[in-house]
Amino acid sequence: MKISAEKQKEMLWTMLLSRHFEDELTELCKIEGKIPGMMILSTGQEAVGSGACAALEPEDVIITNHRSHNHLLAKGADPNTLMAEIYCKRTGCNKGKSGTLHLAVPEVNAPCTSTVVGAGPPIAVGRAFAQQYKGEQRVTVCFFGDGAAAEGSVHEAMNLAALWRLPVIFICENNVYAGAQRYEEHAPNPSMADRASAYAMPGEAVDGNDALAVYQAVREARERALAGEGPSLIECRTYRCRGHGEADPQHYQPKEEIRAWKEKCPIPRLRDDLLAQGLITAADVQAMDDRAEALVKEAVRFAEDSPYPSPEEALEDVFA
Amino acid sequence: MQKLGMGQAVNQALREEMHRDPNVFIAGEGVGVSIHLNPMFPTHGLLEEFGPGRVKDTPVSEAAIAGLAVGAAEAGLRPVVEIMFNPFFTLASDMIVNHAAKLRYLSGGKSTFPLVVRMKSGAGFGAGCQHSHNLEAWAAHCPGLKVVMPATAADAKGLLKSAIRDDNPVIFIEHMGLYFAPMPVPENDYLTPIGQAEVKRPGTDVTVVTWSGMLGVAMAAAEKLAQEGVSVEIVDLRTLVPLDKETILTSVAKTGRLVVLHEATRTGGFGGEIAAVVMEEGFNLLKAPLRRVTGPDIPVPASPPLERFYIPDDEQLITAIKEIL
Repeated sequence: MKISAEKQKEMLWTMLLSRHFEDELTELCKIEGKIPGMMILSTGQEAVGSGACAALEPEDVIITNHRSHNHLLAKGADPNTLMAEIYCKRTGCNKGKSGTLHLAVPEVNAPCTSTVVGAGPPIAVGRAFAQQYKGEQRVTVCFFGDGAAAEGSVHEAMNLAALWRLPVIFICENNVYAGAQRYEEHAPNPSMADRASAYAMPGEAVDGNDALAVYQAVREARERALAGEGPSLIECRTYRCRGHGEADPQHYQPKEEIRAWKEKCPIPRLRDDLLAQGLITAADVQAMDDRAEALVKEAVRFAEDSPYPSPEEALEDVFA
Repeated sequence: MQKLGMGQAVNQALREEMHRDPNVFIAGEGVGVSIHLNPMFPTHGLLEEFGPGRVKDTPVSEAAIAGLAVGAAEAGLRPVVEIMFNPFFTLASDMIVNHAAKLRYLSGGKSTFPLVVRMKSGAGFGAGCQHSHNLEAWAAHCPGLKVVMPATAADAKGLLKSAIRDDNPVIFIEHMGLYFAPMPVPENDYLTPIGQAEVKRPGTDVTVVTWSGMLGVAMAAAEKLAQEGVSVEIVDLRTLVPLDKETILTSVAKTGRLVVLHEATRTGGFGGEIAAVVMEEGFNLLKAPLRRVTGPDIPVPASPPLERFYIPDDEQLITAIKEIL
């Protein structure tokens, strides 16, 4: 499949934006009291969300998990309201109710970030069922980790989706670690993609640090789904460069392993590919990088300048 | 007026709402092709009428059924899903407790989840404690859920129609003991408001607050006590969340005495909540300490004499009432 220059540049752009956004969060987390709660980042895994979301149309839906920033930015979420929500400010996309962990951005069809590991797939099944029920030519992508794959809910969701031929694309972001457990300590089969055969659906493992490979696999899965052929499972093999959260010292991850994966960073990989293809110049890359940096600085400024909600606003939004 | 069991009343509500709104669909284990080829059951005949596109038989997957409801509701459909028995709520509880109930709040009010989870409950069938366990207090403890437990077939129809039209997640618990007892049900399209209790029997000496299958027990006790000259007022809550405090307090103001009656086990039961509300907001109305009559703190046993011992009866209620008269 030929991937348009525009799409390739879009992927590089959302990866750069996401990297600046999360690198900034890493710095902000070092400042006592700046960001409430936990901080869970996807640094180094940007090819998955950026590659997958580039393969989607705006009306397609994503259901994401606790490592959501890249997925949401790639789906088109506004960095300002996202950052303000991470700061738990009133101007945040969820008025300070969700914080960084449960970001919901229905306006870009990213209605749910669930931090309950394995909870996304059943909800994605419901969202995809609605697409099928209404006869929409849309798909739902569900991102979950290799750790989540141990949850029974993921099996239930895949079984139902395959049975009803729902337009879901299950994307297992296999980043080698589930909490402090290495993949082989929590999963007996070295291939997560193999699980697809249990549900008679296509399963494919791709290099999760190759945005173009992720794009291609998702685009093909999307076409199958729209043709009524049901769900697919795509295992994106990548690596968790940061800890489970920013407070995690990663004492159980070999330093040389982290270093080796950092060398396989998806951003220079796509950048060099684009340069080699002659689709962009070094100056274009610099301009993209500068713009991403400026947008993130602006988002931080917006969040810092925004007020906290008043305490009584806690009582709002329980019932419709 | 037609006479229907509660299952048939639920069936009529589902049928009418599915005709009214194409966004309403039902899903669950055996909601279409059921093992029970019995017109007294709630989803009987709906598959034939609405087809497999809207009457969805699912695998045995409570988490997936509840997740289906959450995702579909967010997309604007109005799912009515069935979790076969109330104890299986535990298998669906992540989707209901952490998602259906919380995602509106987490979205800052951007998303709505107009879904209904129907469950059967109630002891009295020798089914044992993994099929008989009233967990309404668990659901009521979870902000973001409405909890409805009708005691009559007429209320079941009107309340289910309201639940389907409600923009919030509603937990709708049906007592199996009421499926087979024909009761009058209006034939027209009517809505019973969620959040309004009803005085099912007026009285002056003592208030009994109850719901679901225990209404019949309360009525029987009131009948017996009437022979002795004791006038019992019976408030049927119908909805636990939102709680109609006003009807409870108005009744207690009239009678000065309160007994709360429920089938669920005692500790942490919803009766404690009603007792606390009356102590906080109506202490000066009470002429005597209030009482709770509830199931004992045991799982529901299967053996008939043991199960009968579990279920509160009219004699226990009469004893409690007499203690505070």
